Amino acid sequence: MEPFKKISSIATPLDKVNVDTDQIIPKQFLKLIQKTGFGQYLFYDWRYEKDGTPRKDFVLNDSKYKNSKILLTRSNFGCGSSREHAAWALLDFGFKVVISTSFADIFFNNCFKNGILPIKVDEHILQKLFESKSEIEIDLEKQTIRNNDVNVSFHIEPHWKKILLEGLDDIAITLNYDDKISKYENVNRTSNPRAF
Amino acid sequence: MSKTLIEKIWDSHTVVDEGNGRSLLYVDRHLVHEVTSPQAFDGLRANKRKVRRTDLTFATMDHNVPTSNRSLPIVDQTSAMQVKALEKNCKEFGIELFDMNSPNQGIVHVIGPELGITLPGTTIVCGDSHTSTHGAFGALAFGIGTSDVEHVLATQCIWMEKPKTFEIRVEGKRKNPHTITAKDIILSIIRRIGTAGGTGTAFEYRGEAISDLSMEQRMTICNMSIEGGARAGLIAPDKKTFDYLRGRRYVPENYDKLVEYWEENLKTDSNARFDKSFTLHVDDIAPQVSWGTNPAMTVDVTGKVPFPDEYAKGNIEEEKAATKALQYMGLKPGTLVTEIELDRVFIGSCTNSRLEDLTEAAKVVKGKKVSSKIRAMIVPGSQHVKKQAEELSLDKIFKDAGFEWRESGCSMCLGMNPDILAAGERCASTSNRNFEGRQGAGGRTHLVSPVMAAAAAIEGHFVDVRELDLN
Repeated sequence: MEPFKKISSIATPLDKVNVDTDQIIPKQFLKLIQKTGFGQYLFYDWRYEKDGTPRKDFVLNDSKYKNSKILLTRSNFGCGSSREHAAWALLDFGFKVVISTSFADIFFNNCFKNGILPIKVDEHILQKLFESKSEIEIDLEKQTIRNNDVNVSFHIEPHWKKILLEGLDDIAITLNYDDKISKYENVNRTSNPRAF
Repeated sequence: MSKTLIEKIWDSHTVVDEGNGRSLLYVDRHLVHEVTSPQAFDGLRANKRKVRRTDLTFATMDHNVPTSNRSLPIVDQTSAMQVKALEKNCKEFGIELFDMNSPNQGIVHVIGPELGITLPGTTIVCGDSHTSTHGAFGALAFGIGTSDVEHVLATQCIWMEKPKTFEIRVEGKRKNPHTITAKDIILSIIRRIGTAGGTGTAFEYRGEAISDLSMEQRMTICNMSIEGGARAGLIAPDKKTFDYLRGRRYVPENYDKLVEYWEENLKTDSNARFDKSFTLHVDDIAPQVSWGTNPAMTVDVTGKVPFPDEYAKGNIEEEKAATKALQYMGLKPGTLVTEIELDRVFIGSCTNSRLEDLTEAAKVVKGKKVSSKIRAMIVPGSQHVKKQAEELSLDKIFKDAGFEWRESGCSMCLGMNPDILAAGERCASTSNRNFEGRQGAGGRTHLVSPVMAAAAAIEGHFVDVRELDLN
């Protein structure tokens, strides 16, 4: 995973609540067996007409936001299906940060696992960011969101911060606890009636 | 210290406690299916890792599989590729697979309990958000993404933030349990707490109305915990749970000893505190019908499609969402729910495809005909459910009425296989999500119980099943 330090970009405003992962990546695109190439299908049913032409009224098709790395969206983003393809599609499209007031649990977790930083902010900060047109700087080390209109810090769990900053493989980290896992298995399998 | 059941299972599975609310939990059962696993197996191969506990890992194919003739090859090449990838991966890594031709094949959340893989007090994960279903047996069960599938394959453990505990009390007696079903209870709950009401929490469903439910009905409730935002939802096991599991194929030999242990240990202590609590009284609830594009957008069958402001109660964002939902659904506010005309009916999915669902639906259908303008489909949750239903001649009742009787799989719940809605088609569905495009691009889904779906198939529009003679 690529380390995440600092990014600067204008933000793409997706002004919707309860965006579910079925919208982020519709089911017909879940059949690929690799992790790349999903960007072209991101928000597919909102992004394209039935004949495949881009919908003019959908924000991702606005050339202003072409190189945007930050997605702004409303509460409960990523609800529904656990499909990690949603995170892969956002990343493959170019988003490295998603800012909202709240996220669904599984999606939130899936973001970190793929080097995407999901940031929760208060409603009034989110509103300011939606209204602001200027470039936003996200500094993970300092945990800050800054632009002409906003200058706030954000919270991130220390382990996720470390994983993102260093681009770590979390399976390798867990395997450092191998002795503890083995011990748990041995104890449970010999002395506990829960054993199965 | 007094603990909730959720905390007890959490504590008994903690391998490493970081002391900040985050723990490494041991996973007792890992269920794998074809859609969310190929990239995980690729990751293992790339890093030369093995599956740590093949004996605790079980795989099936359900999302992509055709529900028509199984002796024919899968027409969709990409679906076929995913199915083949799972076969190859299971063989290479030594995982037991219930493939398309196995008598044990079915929707992963139907076969887990059916085969006795699901057990009380265990931790269960699967790369599917409806893993919460297994909570009906008093297991802490939750959906995970593909990176975590890989993590569990490699380590048999998962890092988790400890969820807050959320008590959902369901009290009272349903007037008629044949017409007010588990589906109506869970939709009533989600409607009140919202689709994000349970974010960051795990539910424990408790109370008289929960004890009254059969195991299959409890599965319907726990299944939709995720639709209320909770990753997990469970019910303390009782005699019904132990009786249901006894003698099933993968249940351990020391079963009676386990039951003794479970009876003693798997309940919330009487003075334990929950972080949140919500109570639903079921005495007066009506059959539920969703009108919008998330499961909280639901009304009573006797109700009307709401006006956006009436639904949103002052929340501007929700009002915008409701306006958009009405537009997508092609519905006018103020329309009576019973006047909504349908094109399709789907009875199936991990929410409502078990034998009891089909038995109840068959009572509505028996001796009647599906409306001439409706295409109706029954997709049993597993090959076992299908076989049992056929032994009871339920298939005959459905087929005589004009229903299609299919092979088991996820089917039109998410339409990854050929079972999809055409744009604009309106469907009464016993599944769990009415998201835009869920059952096919442009398709319109109304979530209902199996009896409500069956009655709608006969009449061509929604009807209040309480008006039928169902006992």
